[in-house]
Amino acid sequence: MSGTPSASRRPLFLTGYSIVVFAFIYLPILVLVIYSFNRDGVGGFPPQHFTLDWYRQLAADSALWNAVVNSLYVASGAVVVSLTLGLLAALALDRADFPGKALFRRLVLLPLILPGIITGLSLLMFAVAVGLGRGLTAVFFGHGTALISVATTEIFAGLQKLDRRQEEASLDLGATPWRTFWHVTLPNLRLSLIAAGLLIFTLSMDEIAVTFFLIGSDNTLPQEIWGRLRRGITPEINAISTLILLVSIVLITIWYHLRSRSERHAH
Amino acid sequence: MYSRLYKLAVSLPPLFWVVLFLLVPYSLMFAHSFWLTQDGVILHNWSLHQYSQLFLNSLYAGVFFRTMRIAASVTILSLLLGYPLAYFLSFHAGPRKELLYQLVIVPLWVSYLVRGYAWKTILGTDGVLNGFLQYLHVTHEPVSALLYSPFAVVLMLTHIYTPFVFLPIYAALEHIPRPLLEASHDLGANPRSTFFRVVLPLSMPGLLAGATFAFVLTLGDFLAPLLVGGPSGTMIANVVQSLFGAAYDWPLGAAISVFILLTTVGLLFCTERLEKRWTFQ
Amino acid sequence: MSAAASTSPRAPLLEVRAVSKRFGEKEVLKTLSLDIARGEFLTLLGESGSGKTTLLRLIAGFEQPTSGEIWMSGARLDTLPPYERRVNTVFQQYALFPHLDVSENVAYGLRANNAPKSEIPTRVEQALAMVRMAEYAQAKPTKLSGGQQQRVALARALVNRPQLLLLDEPLSALDANLRKEMQGELKSLQREVGITFLFVTHDQEEAMALSDRIALLKDGNLEQVASPREIYAHPATAYTAQFIGQTNLLRGSVRAGIAECGPLRFRTNAPDGVACFSLRPEAISLAANAPAISSVETFRATIRQQFFSGSTELLELLCSDGQILRARVEAQGPLSGEQEFVFSAAAAVSVKP
Repeated sequence: MSGTPSASRRPLFLTGYSIVVFAFIYLPILVLVIYSFNRDGVGGFPPQHFTLDWYRQLAADSALWNAVVNSLYVASGAVVVSLTLGLLAALALDRADFPGKALFRRLVLLPLILPGIITGLSLLMFAVAVGLGRGLTAVFFGHGTALISVATTEIFAGLQKLDRRQEEASLDLGATPWRTFWHVTLPNLRLSLIAAGLLIFTLSMDEIAVTFFLIGSDNTLPQEIWGRLRRGITPEINAISTLILLVSIVLITIWYHLRSRSERHAH
Repeated sequence: MYSRLYKLAVSLPPLFWVVLFLLVPYSLMFAHSFWLTQDGVILHNWSLHQYSQLFLNSLYAGVFFRTMRIAASVTILSLLLGYPLAYFLSFHAGPRKELLYQLVIVPLWVSYLVRGYAWKTILGTDGVLNGFLQYLHVTHEPVSALLYSPFAVVLMLTHIYTPFVFLPIYAALEHIPRPLLEASHDLGANPRSTFFRVVLPLSMPGLLAGATFAFVLTLGDFLAPLLVGGPSGTMIANVVQSLFGAAYDWPLGAAISVFILLTTVGLLFCTERLEKRWTFQ
Repeated sequence: MSAAASTSPRAPLLEVRAVSKRFGEKEVLKTLSLDIARGEFLTLLGESGSGKTTLLRLIAGFEQPTSGEIWMSGARLDTLPPYERRVNTVFQQYALFPHLDVSENVAYGLRANNAPKSEIPTRVEQALAMVRMAEYAQAKPTKLSGGQQQRVALARALVNRPQLLLLDEPLSALDANLRKEMQGELKSLQREVGITFLFVTHDQEEAMALSDRIALLKDGNLEQVASPREIYAHPATAYTAQFIGQTNLLRGSVRAGIAECGPLRFRTNAPDGVACFSLRPEAISLAANAPAISSVETFRATIRQQFFSGSTELLELLCSDGQILRARVEAQGPLSGEQEFVFSAAAAVSVKP
């Protein structure tokens, strides 16, 4: 159905304003990308000399790629931990009643709404207290824990859309709850799981606030970049940023479409 | 339908993990705030010393109020940018609505660091903006006040949080049944009147949610000041950061952290109550 | 039409002039013209897709005609936005504002039009009393039942004293008993306030019970506009005859004033040639029960089925040529076999096929 006549005639001011807001959101990113090809540095105007040198330098930058590998380790681990625990937590929230359920739900959400510094420092204290200390393992635990609620939220939404009667039918036909879980519940959650996994992976690769306090001598990618910002800024950082941007955009777009598909499946 | 074993199996592991890796660490932080430091060693004596330090020291109070001001500015600016955009998308975007929505959402998930770094390169004395202004002969010298100031922090964080604020507002607007707008027009209210009397009240929960998010996350942000804030742009979280770093006073740092945490939780609690009052389904 | 003439009590309140509406490729209304008289209860009747809701929305102002004009009280209506029209709508799903209580909902239009503040409480009270919802003034709409919400929606629209009230299938969400009750209330309400009602429904029984006139729409065209009795007794087309009430459609030919449709032969005024007639089931009786009048026509048919419904029953008749007819007769007790039936020639109305 179309709106009222006056609403469907686009108001000029609002349209213009929206364009300005869009520009505000995208211009800095565009500037970043453009200057990754600028011979003369990250600032100044206009950028005059196009070059791919910074990307070449990036390709040869082994310290950076080590950091990427570290990030991949942590991210993969975080995905496994968060998805597993998130799945269980979503199932628990959906199907079980236990004392402290409300508290549990809030506790799980805390890392998402509290500033990263608080979660990061708390985990640091914990890591020191148990003798683990800083390092990639601590970072792994940090990411895994902080991102559980991301998984829980996605999977919980997927569970809500699940037709409960399929599980009932399976049980009725003689399958055990375990079998039902593997052959009915889980396949139906496939889209939610993949979507959650993608999101967790991306967030972990980009995570810096919590990582800041737990990092040891081995850097994750964001930490490595951060370190270089202190030393001196070159368009090489623009170049790696552009690559991060591209990969993130691809992953997030896939995530978004998976989500829309699972919404459509529910109907 | 679900056996006791099933329920135990699904609830125990996450519960256990969350208790171990969230409840215990947060409790540790809490405990530290009641301890003392002496000569670089943490003494496990219980006292409220740190909290009195916190409230009596005017330096910390000053930074805290600056942080509140910055958080308020970011929240208000994000709302001013995000709400009209959400309104436009929900009511006037037509067939391109879905695509435009994606375009707004995607930057939301892209690295905080990357976006912060972009602002650093734009606002510096040798940055893109200064170069642009000089190129147009609007200025003849670099404007140094752009970077390393509270202004830069506000700008950067507004950029980060506008999509954040957009999201719940858009969801709330989409939820408003279109016949309500038609009814409002039918009864004689023009679009402007309809906005203030129907749309805005019904979008309140989303607005409150978005605003709270932006405020709370800005409050505890320490990276933006490090990137673009400079000495005049430090926020309370940087104080905490240095107390856990060079200034080595974990208990004091913990106390300030707990204070930030309580403020955050308090705010969230208040807005949750408010949201409930403003929800009409 | 001069302004004086168009605002005189005799002049139509609303004039739809050759309005058509297209959505993309689909033409939903095809050059439709209709006049609505002051103070009448007019029903737009039709199946889904007939265009009746679209026409309503054009009059309300939520859509614009692709071509044609709409005039009200001598002034152009379709160029005005909905909030400037003296027209109010009762929506199908009521569309009550969930964040306002009942009295604030009803007061909404008054406030929007800057009615004097002192008047508002009284007028709201009166409107609510009129729909018997006065004690719910402080209630929230989400706590009310469907019937109650509907009454509030009615009050909310009427309190503004519009020139025309549009009702978009307002009773379709109610269960059968409540529906009958509300139909009665609507009818007496309309009489009481004297406002012109434009009512949209797909239920022909409802249309016949409530309306002063019925406008039957089919595929975006106006099939017929007439009072319920007129449209029932003299349907213009086969579609109308079948849509409104039940009928038997007789197809055959006419020669020299005599129509022949299978085993049925009767006198008619229809012109020579191929013809189609509508004969209502209640016009057919058993010969055994009919008084002996020479002007009735007769035919024989076998009783296939009987559908008992209290005081009458519906007989399904199989004619010699295989045609199935339906007759509504007084309750007989079980019948079977071939019987003789009679009907009056005047009851066979010529319709466009």
